[in-house]
Amino acid sequence: MPYVPHTPEDVRAMLDVIGAASVDDLFAGLPEAVRLDGELDLPPGLTEEEVRQFMGDLAAENVTQADLVSFLGGGVYDSIIPAACDAISSRSEFLTAYTPYQAEVSQGTLQVIYEWQTFLTRLTGLPVANASMYDGATALGEALLLAVVSKRKNKVILPATMNPRWRRVARTMLQGFDVTIVEAPANADGVTDAAALADLADKDTAAVVVQNPNYLGLVEPVQALSDAGKANGALLIAAVNPVSLSLLKSPGEYGADIAVGEAQPFGISCCAGGPLLGFFTVSDKLTRKIPGRVVGRTVDRNGADAYVLTLQTREQHIRREKATSNICSNQGLNALRATVYLSMLGGTGLQELGEANHLRLEALRSEIADIEGVSVPFSGPAFNELVIRLPRPATEFRDFARQFGLLAGIPLEGVADCTENDLLVAVTEKRTADDIELFAEALDAFATGEEVDV
Amino acid sequence: MIPDDRKYTQEHEWVQVEGDIATIGVTDHAASELGDIVYVDLPDTGSEFSAGDSVGSIESVKAVADLYLPISGEVVEINEGLDGDPGLVNSSPMDDGWMIKVRMTDSSEADGLMDAAAYEELLGN
Repeated sequence: MPYVPHTPEDVRAMLDVIGAASVDDLFAGLPEAVRLDGELDLPPGLTEEEVRQFMGDLAAENVTQADLVSFLGGGVYDSIIPAACDAISSRSEFLTAYTPYQAEVSQGTLQVIYEWQTFLTRLTGLPVANASMYDGATALGEALLLAVVSKRKNKVILPATMNPRWRRVARTMLQGFDVTIVEAPANADGVTDAAALADLADKDTAAVVVQNPNYLGLVEPVQALSDAGKANGALLIAAVNPVSLSLLKSPGEYGADIAVGEAQPFGISCCAGGPLLGFFTVSDKLTRKIPGRVVGRTVDRNGADAYVLTLQTREQHIRREKATSNICSNQGLNALRATVYLSMLGGTGLQELGEANHLRLEALRSEIADIEGVSVPFSGPAFNELVIRLPRPATEFRDFARQFGLLAGIPLEGVADCTENDLLVAVTEKRTADDIELFAEALDAFATGEEVDV
Repeated sequence: MIPDDRKYTQEHEWVQVEGDIATIGVTDHAASELGDIVYVDLPDTGSEFSAGDSVGSIESVKAVADLYLPISGEVVEINEGLDGDPGLVNSSPMDDGWMIKVRMTDSSEADGLMDAAAYEELLGN
Protein backbone atom coordinates (compact mmCIF):
# COMPACT_ATOMS: atom_id res chain seq x y z
CA MET A 1 0.00 0.00 0.00
CA PRO A 2 1.54 3.35 -0.95
CA TYR A 3 2.03 5.99 1.69
CA VAL A 4 -0.33 8.82 0.84
CA PRO A 5 -0.01 11.84 3.15
CA HIS A 6 -2.89 14.19 3.73
CA THR A 7 -2.91 17.16 1.39
CA PRO A 8 -3.19 20.65 2.94
CA GLU A 9 -6.79 20.64 1.65
CA ASP A 10 -7.53 17.36 3.51
CA VAL A 11 -6.11 18.81 6.72
CA ARG A 12 -8.09 22.05 6.29
CA ALA A 13 -11.31 20.13 5.70
CA MET A 14 -10.81 18.01 8.83
CA LEU A 15 -9.94 21.02 10.98
CA ASP A 16 -13.07 22.79 9.74
CA VAL A 17 -15.25 19.86 10.79
CA ILE A 18 -13.97 19.92 14.36
CA GLY A 19 -13.75 23.70 14.50
CA ALA A 20 -9.99 24.08 15.07
CA ALA A 21 -8.03 26.86 13.41
CA SER A 22 -4.78 24.93 13.04
CA VAL A 23 -3.11 21.64 13.87
CA ASP A 24 -1.21 23.43 16.64
CA ASP A 25 -4.54 24.26 18.26
CA LEU A 26 -5.11 20.56 18.81
CA PHE A 27 -2.17 20.57 21.24
CA ALA A 28 -3.18 23.74 23.06
CA GLY A 29 -3.98 21.68 26.16
CA LEU A 30 -0.32 20.72 26.61
CA PRO A 31 1.89 23.06 28.65
CA GLU A 32 4.35 25.10 26.58
CA ALA A 33 7.25 23.60 28.50
CA VAL A 34 6.72 20.11 27.12
CA ARG A 35 5.95 21.20 23.56
CA LEU A 36 8.50 21.18 20.78
CA ASP A 37 9.71 24.65 19.99
CA GLY A 38 10.56 24.81 16.31
CA GLU A 39 11.40 21.97 13.95
CA LEU A 40 12.80 18.55 14.85
CA ASP A 41 16.59 18.57 14.81
CA LEU A 42 17.10 16.13 11.96
CA PRO A 43 19.84 15.88 9.35
CA PRO A 44 18.82 16.37 5.73
CA GLY A 45 17.25 13.42 3.92
CA LEU A 46 19.38 10.72 2.34
CA THR A 47 19.02 8.82 -0.90
CA GLU A 48 18.20 5.14 -0.85
CA GLU A 49 21.83 4.24 -1.55
CA GLU A 50 23.09 6.59 1.15
CA VAL A 51 20.69 5.00 3.66
CA ARG A 52 21.88 1.54 2.65
CA GLN A 53 25.50 2.58 3.21
CA PHE A 54 24.71 4.30 6.51
CA MET A 55 22.81 1.34 7.92
CA GLY A 56 25.48 -1.06 6.69
CA ASP A 57 28.16 0.90 8.53
CA LEU A 58 26.06 0.87 11.71
CA ALA A 59 25.44 -2.87 11.42
CA ALA A 60 29.17 -3.48 10.94
CA GLU A 61 29.74 -2.15 14.44
CA ASN A 62 27.64 -4.93 15.97
CA VAL A 63 29.45 -7.77 17.64
CA THR A 64 27.29 -10.88 17.53
CA GLN A 65 27.54 -14.35 18.91
CA ALA A 66 28.63 -15.45 15.47
CA ASP A 67 31.83 -13.39 15.81
CA LEU A 68 32.64 -14.67 19.28
CA VAL A 69 32.88 -18.05 20.96
CA SER A 70 29.97 -18.20 23.35
CA PHE A 71 29.87 -19.98 26.68
CA LEU A 72 26.76 -18.01 27.66
CA GLY A 73 23.77 -20.00 28.77
CA GLY A 74 21.46 -19.43 31.71
CA GLY A 75 18.39 -20.56 29.79
CA VAL A 76 19.30 -19.57 26.23
CA TYR A 77 21.96 -21.58 24.42
CA ASP A 78 24.19 -21.20 21.39
CA SER A 79 23.39 -24.41 19.55
CA ILE A 80 23.85 -25.67 16.03
CA ILE A 81 20.91 -24.67 13.84
CA PRO A 82 20.42 -26.78 10.72
CA ALA A 83 19.86 -24.75 7.55
CA ALA A 84 16.50 -26.47 7.05
CA CYS A 85 15.09 -24.60 10.06
CA ASP A 86 15.63 -21.27 8.28
CA ALA A 87 14.63 -22.60 4.87
CA ILE A 88 11.34 -24.12 5.97
CA SER A 89 10.33 -21.51 8.54
CA SER A 90 10.91 -18.68 6.05
CA ARG A 91 8.52 -20.16 3.49
CA SER A 92 5.79 -17.60 3.05
CA GLU A 93 3.01 -20.17 3.58
CA PHE A 94 4.20 -20.46 7.18
CA LEU A 95 5.85 -17.11 7.74
CA THR A 96 2.95 -14.86 6.83
CA ALA A 97 0.23 -16.86 8.56
CA TYR A 98 0.89 -15.41 11.99
CA THR A 99 -2.21 -16.68 13.68
CA PRO A 100 -4.95 -18.27 11.64
CA TYR A 101 -8.22 -16.61 12.58
CA GLN A 102 -10.15 -19.20 10.66
CA ALA A 103 -7.93 -21.87 12.08
CA GLU A 104 -9.23 -24.98 10.38
CA VAL A 105 -8.60 -23.51 6.94
CA SER A 106 -4.88 -23.53 7.76
CA GLN A 107 -4.44 -27.28 7.96
CA GLY A 108 -0.67 -27.01 7.44
CA THR A 109 -0.23 -24.72 10.43
CA LEU A 110 -2.44 -26.89 12.59
CA GLN A 111 -0.58 -30.02 11.55
CA VAL A 112 2.73 -28.47 12.58
CA ILE A 113 1.32 -27.51 15.96
CA TYR A 114 -0.10 -31.00 16.41
CA GLU A 115 3.30 -32.50 15.68
CA TRP A 116 4.99 -30.04 18.04
CA GLN A 117 2.56 -31.09 20.79
CA THR A 118 3.28 -34.74 20.04
CA PHE A 119 7.04 -34.19 20.37
CA LEU A 120 6.60 -32.43 23.69
CA THR A 121 4.34 -35.08 25.17
CA ARG A 122 6.93 -37.72 24.25
CA LEU A 123 9.82 -35.70 25.65
CA THR A 124 8.16 -34.77 28.93
CA GLY A 125 6.30 -38.02 29.51
CA LEU A 126 3.03 -36.18 30.11
CA PRO A 127 0.02 -36.88 27.90
CA VAL A 128 -1.22 -33.40 26.94
CA ALA A 129 0.68 -30.45 25.43
CA ASN A 130 -0.55 -27.05 24.36
CA ALA A 131 0.31 -25.23 21.15
CA SER A 132 3.25 -23.39 22.87
CA MET A 133 3.85 -20.41 25.11
CA TYR A 134 5.85 -17.21 24.66
CA ASP A 135 8.86 -18.50 26.58
CA GLY A 136 9.89 -20.76 29.43
CA ALA A 137 9.59 -18.05 32.07
CA THR A 138 5.99 -17.15 31.24
CA ALA A 139 5.15 -20.85 30.91
CA LEU A 140 6.32 -21.23 34.51
CA GLY A 141 4.21 -18.24 35.56
CA GLU A 142 1.16 -19.77 33.84
CA ALA A 143 1.80 -23.12 35.53
CA LEU A 144 1.86 -21.44 38.94
CA LEU A 145 -1.37 -19.58 38.19
CA LEU A 146 -3.02 -22.81 37.10
CA ALA A 147 -1.97 -24.47 40.35
CA VAL A 148 -3.05 -21.59 42.57
CA VAL A 149 -6.48 -21.28 40.96
CA SER A 150 -7.25 -24.97 40.64
CA LYS A 151 -5.94 -25.93 44.10
CA ARG A 152 -7.60 -22.87 45.67
CA LYS A 153 -4.47 -22.45 47.77
CA ASN A 154 -2.14 -19.49 47.81
CA LYS A 155 1.33 -20.75 48.62
CA VAL A 156 3.87 -21.83 46.03
CA ILE A 157 7.44 -23.02 46.50
CA LEU A 158 10.28 -22.14 44.15
CA PRO A 159 13.76 -23.56 44.59
CA ALA A 160 16.74 -21.31 45.36
CA THR A 161 18.49 -23.02 42.46
CA MET A 162 15.94 -21.72 39.96
CA ASN A 163 16.75 -19.41 37.07
CA PRO A 164 16.55 -15.98 38.75
CA ARG A 165 15.04 -14.34 35.67
CA TRP A 166 12.30 -16.94 35.53
CA ARG A 167 11.65 -16.34 39.19
CA ARG A 168 11.23 -12.61 38.56
CA VAL A 169 8.80 -13.22 35.71
CA ALA A 170 6.80 -15.66 37.83
CA ARG A 171 6.69 -13.15 40.68
CA THR A 172 5.41 -10.46 38.33
CA MET A 173 2.73 -12.74 36.90
CA LEU A 174 1.51 -13.74 40.36
CA GLN A 175 1.03 -10.15 41.44
CA GLY A 176 -2.57 -9.46 42.34
CA PHE A 177 -3.30 -13.09 43.20
CA ASP A 178 -2.49 -12.91 46.91
CA VAL A 179 0.12 -15.64 46.51
CA THR A 180 2.99 -16.26 48.89
CA ILE A 181 6.20 -17.39 47.20
CA VAL A 182 8.42 -19.46 49.45
CA GLU A 183 11.98 -20.43 48.58
CA ALA A 184 13.22 -23.99 49.04
CA PRO A 185 16.89 -23.80 50.05
CA ALA A 186 19.78 -25.51 48.34
CA ASN A 187 22.18 -27.83 50.13
CA ALA A 188 25.97 -27.84 49.96
CA ASP A 189 25.84 -29.84 46.72
CA GLY A 190 24.09 -26.99 44.92
CA VAL A 191 20.78 -28.83 44.61
CA THR A 192 17.46 -28.45 46.44
CA ASP A 193 17.38 -29.86 49.96
CA ALA A 194 14.64 -32.53 49.92
CA ALA A 195 14.21 -32.59 53.70
CA ALA A 196 13.78 -28.83 53.85
CA LEU A 197 11.31 -29.01 50.97
CA ALA A 198 9.29 -31.67 52.81
CA ASP A 199 8.93 -29.29 55.77
CA LEU A 200 7.84 -26.40 53.57
CA ALA A 201 5.36 -28.28 51.37
CA ASP A 202 2.39 -28.29 53.74
CA LYS A 203 -1.35 -28.60 53.18
CA ASP A 204 -1.63 -24.95 52.14
CA THR A 205 0.81 -25.39 49.26
CA ALA A 206 -0.62 -25.23 45.74
CA ALA A 207 2.56 -26.00 43.83
CA VAL A 208 6.17 -27.03 44.20
CA VAL A 209 8.58 -26.20 41.40
CA VAL A 210 11.63 -28.27 40.52
CA GLN A 211 14.05 -27.04 37.89
CA ASN A 212 16.09 -29.81 36.30
CA PRO A 213 18.88 -29.39 35.48
CA ASN A 214 18.84 -26.42 37.82
CA TYR A 215 20.21 -22.95 37.07
CA LEU A 216 23.68 -24.13 38.11
CA GLY A 217 23.52 -26.92 35.53
CA LEU A 218 23.22 -29.56 38.25
CA VAL A 219 20.91 -32.55 38.10
CA GLU A 220 18.41 -32.28 40.96
CA PRO A 221 17.35 -35.31 43.05
CA VAL A 222 14.01 -35.16 41.25
CA GLN A 223 12.36 -38.26 42.68
CA ALA A 224 13.11 -37.26 46.27
CA LEU A 225 11.92 -33.71 45.57
CA SER A 226 8.77 -35.02 43.92
CA ASP A 227 7.97 -37.26 46.90
CA ALA A 228 8.67 -34.45 49.37
CA GLY A 229 6.82 -31.82 47.37
CA LYS A 230 3.69 -33.84 46.66
CA ALA A 231 3.24 -35.49 50.06
CA ASN A 232 0.58 -32.97 51.11
CA GLY A 233 -1.20 -32.69 47.80
CA ALA A 234 0.67 -29.86 46.04
CA LEU A 235 1.07 -30.02 42.27
CA LEU A 236 4.61 -30.69 41.08
CA ILE A 237 5.76 -28.33 38.31
CA ALA A 238 8.91 -29.44 36.51
CA ALA A 239 10.83 -26.73 34.67
CA VAL A 240 13.13 -28.57 32.32
CA ASN A 241 15.65 -28.00 29.56
CA PRO A 242 14.17 -30.21 26.85
CA VAL A 243 17.57 -31.10 25.40
CA SER A 244 18.39 -32.81 28.69
CA LEU A 245 15.36 -35.06 28.38
CA SER A 246 17.22 -37.22 25.90
CA LEU A 247 19.41 -38.36 28.81
CA LEU A 248 17.56 -37.56 32.03
CA LYS A 249 14.32 -38.91 33.49
CA SER A 250 11.25 -37.26 32.02
CA PRO A 251 8.96 -35.21 34.31
CA GLY A 252 6.21 -37.79 33.82
CA GLU A 253 8.48 -40.50 35.22
CA TYR A 254 8.98 -38.71 38.53
CA GLY A 255 5.38 -37.67 38.98
CA ALA A 256 5.25 -34.12 37.67
CA ASP A 257 1.74 -32.78 37.11
CA ILE A 258 2.94 -29.99 34.83
CA ALA A 259 6.12 -29.66 32.78
CA VAL A 260 7.24 -26.33 31.36
CA GLY A 261 10.43 -25.11 29.78
CA GLU A 262 12.27 -23.25 27.10
CA ALA A 263 12.60 -24.93 23.71
CA GLN A 264 14.96 -22.29 22.26
CA PRO A 265 17.81 -24.83 21.91
CA PHE A 266 15.66 -26.59 19.29
CA GLY A 267 16.66 -24.58 16.24
CA ILE A 268 16.05 -21.03 17.47
CA SER A 269 18.87 -18.50 17.39
CA CYS A 270 19.98 -16.42 20.36
CA CYS A 271 18.45 -13.08 19.51
CA ALA A 272 18.82 -10.23 21.95
CA GLY A 273 16.08 -11.18 24.35
CA GLY A 274 14.00 -13.32 22.05
CA PRO A 275 11.71 -14.43 20.63
CA LEU A 276 11.90 -17.65 22.58
CA LEU A 277 9.60 -20.65 22.75
CA GLY A 278 7.85 -21.97 25.83
CA PHE A 279 6.23 -25.35 26.15
CA PHE A 280 3.56 -26.59 28.53
CA THR A 281 2.47 -30.17 29.14
CA VAL A 282 0.14 -31.58 31.79
CA SER A 283 -1.20 -34.81 33.25
CA ASP A 284 -4.59 -36.12 32.08
CA LYS A 285 -6.25 -34.72 35.18
CA LEU A 286 -5.29 -31.15 34.25
CA THR A 287 -6.26 -31.37 30.58
CA ARG A 288 -9.10 -28.89 30.93
CA LYS A 289 -6.95 -26.43 32.84
CA ILE A 290 -4.10 -26.13 30.34
CA PRO A 291 -3.68 -22.53 29.16
CA GLY A 292 -3.78 -21.51 25.53
CA ARG A 293 -4.88 -23.60 22.63
CA VAL A 294 -4.58 -27.27 21.82
CA VAL A 295 -4.71 -28.74 18.34
CA GLY A 296 -6.38 -32.12 17.97
CA ARG A 297 -6.49 -34.62 15.15
CA THR A 298 -9.77 -35.97 13.87
CA VAL A 299 -11.22 -37.12 10.55
CA ASP A 300 -13.27 -35.10 8.10
CA ARG A 301 -16.47 -36.40 6.54
CA ASN A 302 -14.49 -38.25 3.91
CA GLY A 303 -12.50 -40.03 6.56
CA ALA A 304 -9.27 -38.13 5.86
CA ASP A 305 -7.05 -36.79 8.66
CA ALA A 306 -8.04 -33.30 9.73
CA TYR A 307 -6.69 -30.99 12.43
CA VAL A 308 -8.85 -28.78 14.59
CA LEU A 309 -8.50 -26.39 17.49
CA THR A 310 -9.86 -28.21 20.50
CA LEU A 311 -10.49 -27.34 24.15
CA GLN A 312 -10.42 -23.68 23.23
CA THR A 313 -13.27 -22.84 25.58
CA ARG A 314 -11.08 -21.38 28.25
CA GLU A 315 -9.65 -18.00 27.41
CA GLN A 316 -11.83 -17.13 24.48
CA HIS A 317 -15.22 -18.67 24.92
CA ILE A 318 -17.53 -19.99 27.62
CA ARG A 319 -14.93 -20.42 30.35
CA ARG A 320 -13.36 -17.03 29.77
CA GLU A 321 -14.02 -15.59 33.21
CA LYS A 322 -12.75 -18.81 34.80
CA ALA A 323 -9.54 -19.01 32.79
CA THR A 324 -6.26 -18.89 34.69
CA SER A 325 -4.55 -17.37 31.68
CA ASN A 326 -5.18 -14.76 29.03
CA ILE A 327 -2.93 -16.26 26.37
CA CYS A 328 -5.06 -16.59 23.26
CA SER A 329 -2.22 -17.23 20.86
CA ASN A 330 0.92 -19.27 20.67
CA GLN A 331 4.51 -18.94 19.48
CA GLY A 332 3.69 -20.39 16.08
CA LEU A 333 6.75 -19.61 14.01
CA ASN A 334 9.26 -20.76 16.61
CA ALA A 335 7.20 -23.85 17.34
CA LEU A 336 7.50 -24.58 13.62
CA ARG A 337 11.28 -24.19 13.78
CA ALA A 338 11.49 -26.52 16.76
CA THR A 339 9.25 -29.03 15.04
CA VAL A 340 11.45 -28.97 11.93
CA TYR A 341 14.52 -29.33 14.14
CA LEU A 342 13.12 -32.31 16.06
CA SER A 343 11.84 -33.96 12.87
CA MET A 344 15.34 -33.82 11.45
CA LEU A 345 17.03 -35.20 14.54
CA GLY A 346 14.57 -37.95 15.33
CA GLY A 347 14.86 -40.00 18.51
CA THR A 348 18.39 -41.24 17.85
CA GLY A 349 19.62 -37.83 16.80
CA LEU A 350 18.19 -36.24 19.90
CA GLN A 351 19.96 -38.78 22.06
CA GLU A 352 23.22 -38.10 20.23
CA LEU A 353 22.66 -34.38 20.78
CA GLY A 354 22.26 -34.92 24.51
CA GLU A 355 25.36 -37.09 24.63
CA ALA A 356 27.39 -34.55 22.64
CA ASN A 357 26.31 -31.80 25.03
CA HIS A 358 27.32 -33.90 27.97
CA LEU A 359 30.68 -34.95 26.53
CA ARG A 360 31.66 -31.37 25.66
CA LEU A 361 30.82 -30.22 29.15
CA GLU A 362 32.94 -33.00 30.64
CA ALA A 363 35.76 -32.06 28.26
CA LEU A 364 35.68 -28.53 29.70
CA ARG A 365 35.60 -29.90 33.24
CA SER A 366 38.77 -31.93 32.66
CA GLU A 367 40.46 -29.19 30.63
CA ILE A 368 40.27 -26.74 33.53
CA ALA A 369 40.88 -29.26 36.31
CA ASP A 370 44.57 -28.46 36.69
CA ILE A 371 44.37 -24.69 36.55
CA GLU A 372 45.62 -23.35 39.82
CA GLY A 373 43.17 -21.28 41.83
CA VAL A 374 40.20 -22.48 39.78
CA SER A 375 37.77 -25.08 41.07
CA VAL A 376 34.38 -26.60 40.39
CA PRO A 377 32.46 -26.07 43.64
CA PHE A 378 29.68 -28.58 42.97
CA SER A 379 30.80 -32.06 41.98
CA GLY A 380 27.42 -33.61 41.14
CA PRO A 381 26.33 -34.57 37.62
CA ALA A 382 25.76 -31.56 35.40
CA PHE A 383 24.19 -30.99 32.00
CA ASN A 384 24.93 -28.15 29.59
CA GLU A 385 26.35 -25.94 32.32
CA LEU A 386 29.06 -25.89 34.94
CA VAL A 387 29.80 -23.56 37.84
CA ILE A 388 33.45 -22.54 37.95
CA ARG A 389 34.90 -20.86 41.02
CA LEU A 390 37.58 -18.31 40.13
CA PRO A 391 40.31 -16.77 42.23
CA ARG A 392 38.84 -13.29 41.63
CA PRO A 393 35.38 -11.90 40.78
CA ALA A 394 33.63 -13.54 37.86
CA THR A 395 32.81 -10.15 36.33
CA GLU A 396 36.56 -9.54 35.98
CA PHE A 397 37.06 -12.77 34.08
CA ARG A 398 34.02 -12.05 31.92
CA ASP A 399 35.64 -8.78 30.79
CA PHE A 400 39.13 -10.30 30.57
CA ALA A 401 37.96 -13.16 28.35
CA ARG A 402 36.69 -10.78 25.67
CA GLN A 403 40.32 -10.28 24.59
CA PHE A 404 40.24 -13.93 23.57
CA GLY A 405 37.03 -13.46 21.62
CA LEU A 406 35.12 -15.31 24.33
CA LEU A 407 31.75 -14.74 25.93
CA ALA A 408 32.82 -16.50 29.09
CA GLY A 409 29.57 -16.98 30.97
CA ILE A 410 27.26 -15.48 33.56
CA PRO A 411 28.45 -14.24 36.97
CA LEU A 412 26.43 -16.04 39.65
CA GLU A 413 26.59 -13.82 42.69
CA GLY A 414 23.24 -13.86 44.46
CA VAL A 415 22.05 -17.21 43.15
CA ALA A 416 21.66 -19.88 45.87
CA ASP A 417 24.93 -19.79 47.87
CA CYS A 418 27.12 -18.72 44.97
CA THR A 419 29.83 -16.12 45.55
CA GLU A 420 31.00 -13.24 43.41
CA ASN A 421 33.81 -15.51 42.17
CA ASP A 422 31.40 -18.04 40.66
CA LEU A 423 30.76 -18.14 36.93
CA LEU A 424 28.13 -20.14 35.07
CA VAL A 425 29.64 -21.60 31.91
CA ALA A 426 27.51 -23.23 29.21
CA VAL A 427 28.89 -25.80 26.79
CA THR A 428 26.67 -27.01 24.00
CA GLU A 429 27.29 -29.47 21.19
CA LYS A 430 28.43 -26.48 19.12
CA ARG A 431 31.61 -25.89 21.17
CA THR A 432 34.58 -27.54 19.53
CA ALA A 433 37.70 -28.91 21.18
CA ASP A 434 39.49 -25.74 20.02
CA ASP A 435 36.84 -23.54 21.68
CA ILE A 436 37.24 -25.40 24.94
CA GLU A 437 41.02 -25.14 24.74
CA LEU A 438 40.75 -21.41 24.13
CA PHE A 439 38.53 -21.07 27.19
CA ALA A 440 41.04 -22.97 29.32
CA GLU A 441 43.86 -20.82 27.96
CA ALA A 442 42.00 -17.63 28.89
CA LEU A 443 41.18 -19.04 32.31
CA ASP A 444 44.78 -20.05 32.92
CA ALA A 445 46.02 -16.59 31.94
CA PHE A 446 43.44 -14.98 34.23
CA ALA A 447 44.25 -17.25 37.15
CA THR A 448 48.00 -16.76 36.91
CA GLY A 449 47.53 -13.01 36.47
CA GLU A 450 49.50 -12.96 33.22
CA GLU A 451 49.53 -9.89 31.08
CA VAL A 452 47.92 -10.87 27.84
CA ASP A 453 48.83 -9.53 24.47
CA VAL A 454 46.28 -10.85 22.03
CA MET B 1 -42.27 -34.26 40.55
CA ILE B 2 -39.52 -33.05 42.87
CA PRO B 3 -38.30 -35.77 45.29
CA ASP B 4 -38.95 -34.75 48.89
CA ASP B 5 -36.12 -36.83 50.38
CA ARG B 6 -33.68 -33.90 50.15
CA LYS B 7 -33.25 -30.15 50.27
CA TYR B 8 -32.70 -27.65 47.45
CA THR B 9 -30.87 -24.36 46.84
CA GLN B 10 -31.38 -21.20 44.80
CA GLU B 11 -28.47 -22.37 42.62
CA HIS B 12 -30.44 -25.48 41.63
CA GLU B 13 -28.40 -27.89 43.69
CA TRP B 14 -29.74 -30.61 45.93
CA VAL B 15 -28.48 -31.70 49.35
CA GLN B 16 -29.27 -35.04 50.91
CA VAL B 17 -28.33 -35.42 54.56
CA GLU B 18 -27.51 -38.74 56.23
CA GLY B 19 -26.06 -38.34 59.74
CA ASP B 20 -23.37 -35.68 59.44
CA ILE B 21 -22.73 -36.41 55.76
CA ALA B 22 -24.38 -34.32 53.06
CA THR B 23 -24.43 -35.50 49.47
CA ILE B 24 -24.61 -32.71 46.90
CA GLY B 25 -25.55 -32.64 43.26
CA VAL B 26 -27.40 -30.51 40.74
CA THR B 27 -31.08 -30.81 40.00
CA ASP B 28 -32.79 -32.18 36.93
CA HIS B 29 -33.66 -28.62 36.01
CA ALA B 30 -30.02 -27.46 36.22
CA ALA B 31 -28.79 -30.42 34.19
CA SER B 32 -31.29 -29.89 31.42
CA GLU B 33 -30.68 -26.13 31.32
CA LEU B 34 -26.93 -26.70 30.96
CA GLY B 35 -27.34 -29.24 28.17
CA ASP B 36 -24.78 -31.95 27.40
CA ILE B 37 -22.26 -31.87 30.23
CA VAL B 38 -18.70 -32.59 29.12
CA TYR B 39 -16.64 -31.97 32.25
CA VAL B 40 -17.14 -31.65 35.96
CA ASP B 41 -14.34 -30.08 37.98
CA LEU B 42 -14.49 -31.16 41.62
CA PRO B 43 -12.34 -30.23 44.64
CA ASP B 44 -9.82 -32.54 46.31
CA THR B 45 -11.12 -34.69 49.12
CA GLY B 46 -9.92 -33.38 52.45
CA SER B 47 -10.39 -29.75 51.50
CA GLU B 48 -12.59 -27.63 53.73
CA PHE B 49 -15.02 -24.96 52.65
CA SER B 50 -17.60 -22.59 54.00
CA ALA B 51 -21.20 -22.40 52.86
CA GLY B 52 -21.43 -20.36 49.68
CA ASP B 53 -17.92 -21.11 48.44
CA SER B 54 -17.45 -21.99 44.81
CA VAL B 55 -15.81 -25.41 44.93
CA GLY B 56 -15.92 -26.56 41.33
CA SER B 57 -17.46 -26.07 37.95
CA ILE B 58 -19.70 -27.85 35.54
CA GLU B 59 -18.95 -27.41 31.86
CA SER B 60 -21.45 -28.21 29.14
CA VAL B 61 -21.18 -27.70 25.43
CA LYS B 62 -22.69 -24.24 25.78
CA ALA B 63 -21.93 -22.91 29.25
CA VAL B 64 -19.94 -23.26 32.43
CA ALA B 65 -21.62 -23.10 35.82
CA ASP B 66 -20.03 -22.81 39.22
CA LEU B 67 -20.65 -25.51 41.77
CA TYR B 68 -21.37 -23.87 45.13
CA LEU B 69 -21.22 -25.56 48.46
CA PRO B 70 -24.55 -24.90 50.22
CA ILE B 71 -23.23 -25.96 53.63
CA SER B 72 -19.87 -25.71 55.39
CA GLY B 73 -17.71 -28.77 55.83
CA GLU B 74 -14.94 -31.03 54.67
CA VAL B 75 -15.10 -32.84 51.34
CA VAL B 76 -14.96 -36.55 52.19
CA GLU B 77 -15.74 -38.04 48.80
CA ILE B 78 -16.16 -36.95 45.21
CA ASN B 79 -17.92 -38.83 42.45
CA GLU B 80 -14.93 -40.24 40.57
CA GLY B 81 -17.29 -41.70 37.98
CA LEU B 82 -17.95 -38.22 36.57
CA ASP B 83 -14.37 -38.00 35.38
CA GLY B 84 -14.86 -40.67 32.76
CA ASP B 85 -18.58 -40.16 32.26
CA PRO B 86 -19.71 -36.57 32.96
CA GLY B 87 -22.92 -37.40 31.05
CA LEU B 88 -24.13 -39.11 34.25
CA VAL B 89 -25.13 -35.63 35.38
CA ASN B 90 -27.55 -35.47 32.45
CA SER B 91 -28.81 -39.04 32.60
CA SER B 92 -29.13 -39.29 36.38
CA PRO B 93 -28.67 -35.91 38.06
CA MET B 94 -30.41 -36.91 41.27
CA ASP B 95 -28.69 -40.29 41.79
CA ASP B 96 -25.62 -41.57 39.87
CA GLY B 97 -24.74 -38.00 38.89
CA TRP B 98 -24.13 -36.83 42.50
CA MET B 99 -21.02 -34.73 42.86
CA ILE B 100 -19.55 -34.44 46.35
CA LYS B 101 -20.06 -35.70 49.87
CA VAL B 102 -19.29 -33.30 52.70
CA ARG B 103 -18.91 -33.87 56.44
CA MET B 104 -20.94 -30.98 57.76
CA THR B 105 -19.51 -28.73 60.43
CA ASP B 106 -22.99 -27.45 61.33
CA SER B 107 -25.88 -29.70 60.33
CA SER B 108 -28.40 -26.95 61.13
CA GLU B 109 -27.26 -25.16 57.97
CA ALA B 110 -29.23 -27.74 55.98
CA ASP B 111 -32.42 -26.73 57.77
CA GLY B 112 -32.29 -23.33 56.12
CA LEU B 113 -32.48 -24.81 52.61
CA MET B 114 -35.65 -25.20 50.56
CA ASP B 115 -37.81 -28.28 50.74
CA ALA B 116 -39.26 -29.92 47.66
CA ALA B 117 -42.41 -27.79 47.70
CA ALA B 118 -40.47 -24.54 47.99
CA TYR B 119 -38.14 -25.58 45.19
CA GLU B 120 -41.07 -26.52 43.00
CA GLU B 121 -42.42 -23.06 43.58
CA LEU B 122 -39.04 -21.55 42.63
CA LEU B 123 -39.22 -23.42 39.35
CA GLY B 124 -42.65 -21.93 38.82
CA ASN B 125 -44.33 -25.29 38.23
